[in-house]
Amino acid sequence: MQLDGKVPGGHISEKWDKYRFDLKLVNPANKRKFDIIVVGTGLAGGAASASLAELGYNVKTFCIQDSPRRAHSIAAQGGINAAKNYPNDGDSVWRLFYDTVKGGDFRAREANVYRLSQVSTNIIDQCVAQGVPFAREYGGLLANRSFGGAQVSRTFYARGQTGQQLLLGAYSALSRQIKAGKVTMFPRREMLDLVVVNNQARGIIVRNLITGELESHDADAVVLSTGGYSNVFFLSTNAMACNVTAAFRACKKGAFFANPCFTQIHPTCIPVHGTFQSKLTLMSESLRNDGRVWVPKNPGDKRPANQIPESERDYYLENKYPSFGNLVPRDVASRNAKEQCDIGKGVGDTGLAVYLDFEEAIKRDGQSVIEKKYGNLFQMYEKITADNPYETPMMIYPAIHYTMGGLWVDYNLMSNLEGLFVLGEANFSDHGANRLGASALMQGLADGYFVIPYTIGGYLAGTSRKDITTDHPAFKDAAQVVNERINKLLSINGKRTVDDFHRDLGLTLWNHCGMARNEAGLKKAKEHIKGLREEFWQNVKVPGDEKDFNQSLERAGRVADFLEFSEIMVDDALERKESCGGHFNEAYQTGENEALRDDENFCHVAAWEFKGENNKPEMHKEPLVFENVKLTQRSYK
Amino acid sequence: MTKNINLTLKVWRQKGPNLKGRLETYNANDISTDMSFLEMIDVVNEQLTIEDKEPIAFDHDCREGICGMCGAVINGRAHGPEKGTTLCQLHMRHFSDNDVIVIEPWRARAFKIIKDLVVDRSALDTIIQAGGYVSVNTGGAQDANSILIPQEIAELAMDAASCIGCGACVAACPNASAMLFTSAKISQLALLPQGKPEAARRAIAMVNVMDELGFGNCTNEKECEAECPKEISIINIARMNREFLKAGLISTVQ
Repeated sequence: MQLDGKVPGGHISEKWDKYRFDLKLVNPANKRKFDIIVVGTGLAGGAASASLAELGYNVKTFCIQDSPRRAHSIAAQGGINAAKNYPNDGDSVWRLFYDTVKGGDFRAREANVYRLSQVSTNIIDQCVAQGVPFAREYGGLLANRSFGGAQVSRTFYARGQTGQQLLLGAYSALSRQIKAGKVTMFPRREMLDLVVVNNQARGIIVRNLITGELESHDADAVVLSTGGYSNVFFLSTNAMACNVTAAFRACKKGAFFANPCFTQIHPTCIPVHGTFQSKLTLMSESLRNDGRVWVPKNPGDKRPANQIPESERDYYLENKYPSFGNLVPRDVASRNAKEQCDIGKGVGDTGLAVYLDFEEAIKRDGQSVIEKKYGNLFQMYEKITADNPYETPMMIYPAIHYTMGGLWVDYNLMSNLEGLFVLGEANFSDHGANRLGASALMQGLADGYFVIPYTIGGYLAGTSRKDITTDHPAFKDAAQVVNERINKLLSINGKRTVDDFHRDLGLTLWNHCGMARNEAGLKKAKEHIKGLREEFWQNVKVPGDEKDFNQSLERAGRVADFLEFSEIMVDDALERKESCGGHFNEAYQTGENEALRDDENFCHVAAWEFKGENNKPEMHKEPLVFENVKLTQRSYK
Repeated sequence: MTKNINLTLKVWRQKGPNLKGRLETYNANDISTDMSFLEMIDVVNEQLTIEDKEPIAFDHDCREGICGMCGAVINGRAHGPEKGTTLCQLHMRHFSDNDVIVIEPWRARAFKIIKDLVVDRSALDTIIQAGGYVSVNTGGAQDANSILIPQEIAELAMDAASCIGCGACVAACPNASAMLFTSAKISQLALLPQGKPEAARRAIAMVNVMDELGFGNCTNEKECEAECPKEISIINIARMNREFLKAGLISTVQ
C-alpha cells in the first residue's frame, strides 16, 4: 500500500495558510462536547493539552511521572531554533527549512519541515509571553547562539537549561487549565493499550502506577506525545522511564511505525565507565561552539592531554570539514569520533573517548565568559567524572540520544489510524534521518501549540463517530489482554532480572544496529533478539504484586515491548540498503566515508504494519518528493 | 581513583501510605566509587530481586539532576552530603569503605508516603495551579523582542526559575515549609514584566493555597537554601513576602 501524506497543494510557502483556511472548524460552543485524551506531558503533550483546553475542548491528560513537570523534555540543554534572524546574519524561514531538510539527509517530508520553520518564530513569541527567562543581551534583547549543522546563529537558550524552562512554560499553561477545570490531570499513569472502535482511536487503557488498577478512558480523539525509544539501547541519554510501550501498543492496534532504524547518536556525551552504569549523560552540543575536538595524532599515545604538544594533536573535525569545523551535524561528528577510536586514537582508560578542549576559548574570552555560557554543564561534568574541565579537556563519546523514527503521521499529524494523533519525538515526520541540534524542542512545541489545535478541529468536525463509553466491549477486551499479560509477567518467576535482559538487548543493538551497521551484524542481532525474547517469557523474574506500586513490573512490561519492537527496528535497517543520516550501513559509503544515499530506490518513508507476533511486519512506502530542495550529497566541507 | 567499597544501608521500608514503616538493614558490597547513589541502590535491588525479596521503591527518572523526581534523606540530609547536588548526581566517591548510610523518604505533613522512599508531592503542583503562570493563551503573542528585559533581571529570574520542584526544601525545613519552592515561582514572575499585571493576585493565591495544604511557616532556619540542589537563594522568600504584603496593601484582590 502506498501511503498518502495528505500534503495540501499550492506553493510550499502558502500550503499551511491555505490549508488552515480549508480545514473545517468546530464552533466555540461545540468544543466542550468533545473529549480529547493526551498521553505525555513533555513539550508536545504539555503544549497540546494547554492549547486544546484554552480552545474549549475537554482534555484528559496522562503522564507517567508524579507530576507533568518532569517529562524528559526537561533535560534538553542547549536551545531551541527559530528563524527570527535577530542577529541579522542571513537567516530566514527558507534557510531553516533548507538546513533541516539537508541535515535530515533528505528523508523528511518537505511540507512538514517548511511548516515547522514557519511556526518556529511564533514559538519564541509565545514562550517569552509566558515568562520563559531566555538569555538576554545587555540592551535587553534576546541572545542567540549557533548550533551544529547551521552557519547562522538562530538558537535561543536559557543557560544550559532551555528544555527545563520551555517545559515549565508549557507546564504553567497546563496548570492554568487544570485550575480552570478544562484539563483533568492523571499523573502516575502508564498507557498500556489503545482502544480502537470502528477503525477509530477512541480511548486508552492505563495502569494506575500507585494502586496497580487498570483504568479505561474514552474520548473522541487520542493524542500520543510519548517521546522516543532510545532506551531500547538500555544505555542512552534518555530518562529511565522513557519507553516505546504507548507507541508500540498503538502500532499493534494498526498504526504504522515509520523509519524505526533512524536513531540519533549524540556526539558529546560523557563516556561509559562501568557495567552498572544505568544511563548516559549528554553534554550539550552548544559546547562545540567553543570546544575543539581532538585526539592524539599517533595511535596508542597514552600521555595525559596536557603533555601532548600542539603539533602532535589531530583536530580531525577542523581538518576534515574546514567550513563547518567542530559544528558539523551530529551524525557526522559521531561517526568521526568512532572512526578515530577504531584506529586506536581514542583517549581515556577505555580508549573510547575523544577530547573536547576549552583551553583556547578560555585564553581568548576569559574563564568568566566561558563560565557564564556553560557553567552548569562544566559543573555537571565535574560531578560525574571528578575532572575539572576548566583545567583538563573534557572526554566525550557518542551515545544514543534521540529517535527520528516514530509512528507514521500525515500532514495533520494523524496516523493511518483515524483519530490517533502523534506529536513530538513520538512521530517520525520532521527530522528525516538525522535531527539537527535545538530542533527537537522546536518540533515538540510547534506540534503542540501551533499544529494540533487546528488539525484536530478539522478531524472532529469532519468525521462521524459512534457514541460510545468505556462500557463498549472494545474497552473490556483491551483491558483483559493487558491484565493477562501482567499476570503472565508476574507468574514466570525465572532466574534473570528485567534489567539483565534489557542490558543484553541494548548491547546487541549498540554493537549491530548503532553507529555503523552491516548486513551480517544486523542478521546476527535479529537472531539474538529472537532468542532473547523467547527466553524472557520463560525466564524473567518479576517480584511484587499486581495491585501495588511495583516498579519491577513497570520495567518488565516496557522491556517486553522493547524486545518485540527492536526486531522491527532491525528489519527496517536491513531493508534500507543505503546510508543516510543516522543510518550508516558500511556497505554504502563514499570514498571519504560519508553516508551514501540511494535516492533512486530509497527516497521514501518506510512505514511498518504489525502483522501479529512472530510474523514479519509488512512495509508500506510513502514516496518522498523534493520540489523545493535539490537532492544532493550532503557536504559540510 | 576508582575503587570498590562495602557499605551498610539502613533503608526505610513501608508497604503503603497508612502502614507502619521501619528501617531495614542491607549490605551493599563491591560498590564502585564511580557509581551514582541511585546506581548503588540499583545494585542492591538486583540482589534483592534474585533473593526473592521485594526491591526498594524509589522515585527517579532523568538521572542528570534536572527532572526533580528523585530525592531521599541521606544520613539526615536531603539529597545527601554534597552541596548543590541531587541524589542522582551524588557519586559514591563521597563515601568511604564500611560507611553506614541511613536512607529515608522526604518527611512532611503535606507529603504522604506512597511506598518506601516514594512520596506524594502533588501539593507542589497544586501551589503552581493556584497562580504560578502568566495568563496568556496560545497564539497572538507580540514579537518576542518587543519586550526588553535587562540582562541582570533576566539572570535573576533565571536563578529563581531553576527550581526543579524536588521538594528537598520542604524535607529539610524543621517546619516542613514550602516557602522556598513557592517564592521561586513568585519571584521569577514578579521580576519579569510579563508577570507584573498578575503579581498581586498570584502572590495572594499561591501563599493561601500553600497554607491550606498543610505546609509550615518560615522561621528563617535557612535549611532549605542549604539543601536546595539548585542553590536557590532565600532572597526569593524575602521577595515573596514583599510581594504578598504589597498585594495585601494595594491590591483590590482579596
